[in-house]
Amino acid sequence: MPQRLTFLFFIAFFVTAASAASAAEIGRIKSTRGDAHIQRDGQRVSAALDTAVRATDTVVTGVDGAVGITFIDNSRVSSGPNSVLVLNRYSFDQGTHAGTFDATLTRGTLAVVSGRMAKQSPEAMTVRTPTMVLGVRGTEFLVYAE
Amino acid sequence: MIRRAFVAAFVALLAACATPHGPVSRDRVILLSSSDGTTGAVDVQQGSHTAVLDGAYASASAGSDGALQVHRADPAATLEQFAAAIASLPPAPAMFTVYFVFGQDELIEESRKAIAQMLQDVARRPVPEITVIGHADQVGAERINDALSQRRAERVKEMLVQRGVPAERITIVGRGAREPLVRSADGVAEARNRRAEINIR
Repeated sequence: MPQRLTFLFFIAFFVTAASAASAAEIGRIKSTRGDAHIQRDGQRVSAALDTAVRATDTVVTGVDGAVGITFIDNSRVSSGPNSVLVLNRYSFDQGTHAGTFDATLTRGTLAVVSGRMAKQSPEAMTVRTPTMVLGVRGTEFLVYAE
Repeated sequence: MIRRAFVAAFVALLAACATPHGPVSRDRVILLSSSDGTTGAVDVQQGSHTAVLDGAYASASAGSDGALQVHRADPAATLEQFAAAIASLPPAPAMFTVYFVFGQDELIEESRKAIAQMLQDVARRPVPEITVIGHADQVGAERINDALSQRRAERVKEMLVQRGVPAERITIVGRGAREPLVRSADGVAEARNRRAEINIR
């Protein structure tokens, strides 16, 4: 019984630690249009201007929707109508500019301008579609996913 | 009902197996030239295929045989297809550096006009966020430099708030002498390290 309690305690600890890590603000919504929302921990959050974006959010736009986000490393992305952008992982150190950006455009259109972390390390930023993996070396580009 | 759904799924599975390569994905990526005129590069990987895009409008997508093909995309058609996404791209963040008098949180004369430039930049953004990072040079004790760098960041914030920027839009941090712009020996007064870096996004 005590062993089981210890085990449960560890599970609780890791779950708490994991949710604390994903709750940190990694960017803000700087532009929004039409039907757009964020899917967060099973909840639907309005993609209003100035909304904080978190590391495991999914950004969803409807038929007339568009959303632009600026991240804390100065990377910028914007998705057009009928798009689903899944943020898989994000971390950034303001001091060293080291970080990780990993996102998947499941569907729709996306514009990307890389920021400080991609300048610091060419391996830092990865954008995916269901069939492609894009490694970003300091640049601007567009992505379409069917 | 369930059985019918199962049969339908099985038929769909058979159909998928019958296609030689499976449906070809229409996913694609197109490189743009940056606003500063440079083009970076994107490494593309699709299954076992790889390609490097390194010129404006270089584009990669799967060909009819499923292999990755690189070609030059039509600029007008590209800008039309991605018009909504491009129009929603937030403005480029701006960066400023201001310098301070030795041992003080007073801006040097030449740095004062930067405050006006920052205000102009902030005014152009619908929801500006301002981060001020204060620094000290490598003269003095760590504790003193930590406090000084913090005071310098606070001073910049004060100047912006006095001129109408809402305080809650500004985040400040002091980094002491830990992140010098120019490496100098401990105890050397390097003017370029007595600074605050302001990022407006």
